[in-house]
Amino acid sequence: MKKQISTRHLFIIPIAMFGFGYLMVPIYDVFCDLTGLNGKTGSISEAQAQVISVDENRLIKVEFISSLNQGAEWEFAPVVKSMMVNPGRSYSTSYTAVNQLDMEMVGQAIPSVSPGKAASYFNKTECFCFNQQKFAANEEKDMPLTFVVDPELPDDISTVTLSYTFFDVNSRIN
Amino acid sequence: MNAQATDAHHDSDHDHHGPAPGLMRWVTTTNHKDIGTLYLWFSLIMFFIGGLMALVIRSELFQPGLQLVDPHFFNQMTTMHALVMIFGVVMPAFVGLANWMLPMMIGAPDMALPRMNNWSFWILPFGFAMMLSTLLMEGGGPAAGWTLYPPLSLQTGDAFPFLIFSIHLLGVSSIMGAINIVATIMNLRAPGMTFMKMPLFVWTWFITAYLLIAVMPVLAGAVTMLLTDKFFGTSFFDAAGGGDPVMFQHIFWFFGHPEVYILILPSFGLVSEIIPTFSRKRLFGYSSMVYATASIAFLSFIVWAHHMFTVGMPLAGEIFFMFTTMLIAVPTGVKVFNWVSTMWRGAMTFETPMLFALGFVVMFTIGGFSGLMLAMTPIDFQYHDTYFVVAHFHYVLVPGAIYGIIGGVYYWLPKWTGNMYSESLGKMHFWLSTIFVNVLFFPMHFVGLAGMPRRIPDYSVQFADFNQIATIGAFGFGFSQILLLVLVVKCIRGGEKATDQVWEGAEGLEWTVSSPAPYHTFSPQPVIK
Repeated sequence: MKKQISTRHLFIIPIAMFGFGYLMVPIYDVFCDLTGLNGKTGSISEAQAQVISVDENRLIKVEFISSLNQGAEWEFAPVVKSMMVNPGRSYSTSYTAVNQLDMEMVGQAIPSVSPGKAASYFNKTECFCFNQQKFAANEEKDMPLTFVVDPELPDDISTVTLSYTFFDVNSRIN
Repeated sequence: MNAQATDAHHDSDHDHHGPAPGLMRWVTTTNHKDIGTLYLWFSLIMFFIGGLMALVIRSELFQPGLQLVDPHFFNQMTTMHALVMIFGVVMPAFVGLANWMLPMMIGAPDMALPRMNNWSFWILPFGFAMMLSTLLMEGGGPAAGWTLYPPLSLQTGDAFPFLIFSIHLLGVSSIMGAINIVATIMNLRAPGMTFMKMPLFVWTWFITAYLLIAVMPVLAGAVTMLLTDKFFGTSFFDAAGGGDPVMFQHIFWFFGHPEVYILILPSFGLVSEIIPTFSRKRLFGYSSMVYATASIAFLSFIVWAHHMFTVGMPLAGEIFFMFTTMLIAVPTGVKVFNWVSTMWRGAMTFETPMLFALGFVVMFTIGGFSGLMLAMTPIDFQYHDTYFVVAHFHYVLVPGAIYGIIGGVYYWLPKWTGNMYSESLGKMHFWLSTIFVNVLFFPMHFVGLAGMPRRIPDYSVQFADFNQIATIGAFGFGFSQILLLVLVVKCIRGGEKATDQVWEGAEGLEWTVSSPAPYHTFSPQPVIK
């Protein structure tokens, strides 16, 4: 009798560990939020952005870059390559994307900030990356982006690079 | 339980419960010795299959440029070589040795769950038939490396679901094997066989079994996520859907690092059995060996990200994983010093099992040192994904894990067959293997430090000389293993009769039963004083 109980207990371990494997997914998300690992950027509302005090004495260079995921048939580029910003002030810029195919396409841009340490200080109030973008055949689109760099950004960071990767998500929708 | 002590001659009386005749014996057997034999033969066959794949890799790398195979097939070979060697050779060989010896070493009549034992073996040939069949499929077999990183692994063709399900099967098989071993050790020890009297092979397997139970399901979860990402529209690892490919690496290596200790701890146990026998001394520092093994197992859960230093991680993370990794050198060092101290002033003789054990101690330590180098984060940025890494893990796995297994096979072969193997053939096997394994892997350190990347079928011309040497070593090592097959077959066929104790200095319950070990042993359990 004793033997059967302990053996049954042993089977619980692999089942629990299988669940733990899946539990690592939300744990990882929380961990990335806390540490800015993998450049996951923050987002805040416009109202929140209004109340942040502007640091006039500091200038941060923000660079914009773009890339396409394999198989994505778009032209995708930032309108300006870089800008100098005061932390705490709200700035707007945009990216343009052109659907190169003769059919309706849906894309999704995924942001990433480098250095990773800066990611949680880079807050967007408005971003085309919040939603999937629908394109008519050969449509060109201007995609706006509004952001605030948190004045708390560590002193040793003077350049922040924002990268967008554009994904073709048609197969995901169909 | 019968508390009466049994001596060797009493055991042979149980011979009348012999094995069933015919081939069905092997299909339906629940006997731990039969199943151990099946595991060991399976492992030997897979050793040659995985070895052939390695020779394809080394032949292509004999010269710079692309000569023999196309790059896609080369990638399939590196991937399958690893999967076969890890899941098809080292793990089944350990389970086979555990099946054969563990009940005999703790005075148990059989494994605790004999039918599950049969099942956990017979899943393996089917799992591997499925995995190997992917090489013949449209789009070829898996070619993304055994680590299966997405998004690359998601580009696998028709082979993908077969690969995933075969990994599931191998996982189920090893989890059942591990549960069986834990249940056996916890419940079937002979009266008086306390935990701290158990032989070290039993101890290391006990700890390994817990590692297996804990991490194989995590791998199963990770590959299931890959499967649902590819076919069912989830985006665990797909950035477009909000997932993150780096997360796969974290989940994979949370399994992967304990897995590499699964591949070495039982060999630590085997060496700890062999060295005292041929030094004619008791193992030095028995309890420290047990605690060292347990510490290594614990540390294995908190070091996984050292495989991913270059992937991107906060500085604090890199420092944490660097120091925990280097901490593993402490219990491992305790073990190496204990083995050396066991030999110190012992009456040593150098039969083949002892040669393999000594080869293990020396060459595993070389692999351990290159591991320490890789553990240092700033240095790892240079070494990452070079042949230096290949040299490192082959030193700990081939003259490490595999030498432990081969040493164990030589050590117990007379007990299994009742005949002594040919000592001259065994020595020849050892020396040829040891010379060629170093010719094969040592130059890889140099080309790795010079910057040759791994998993690429072509290389710059300045690496040509060392690669040619390595390829010569690979063929030498590969063909030397045929000697092992010849020797085992000869030993089964006949030879000088082995005594019950076999080795002059051997101690332990398995040496109290007759040679060959009767089909059923210890039905009345012995009492250990």
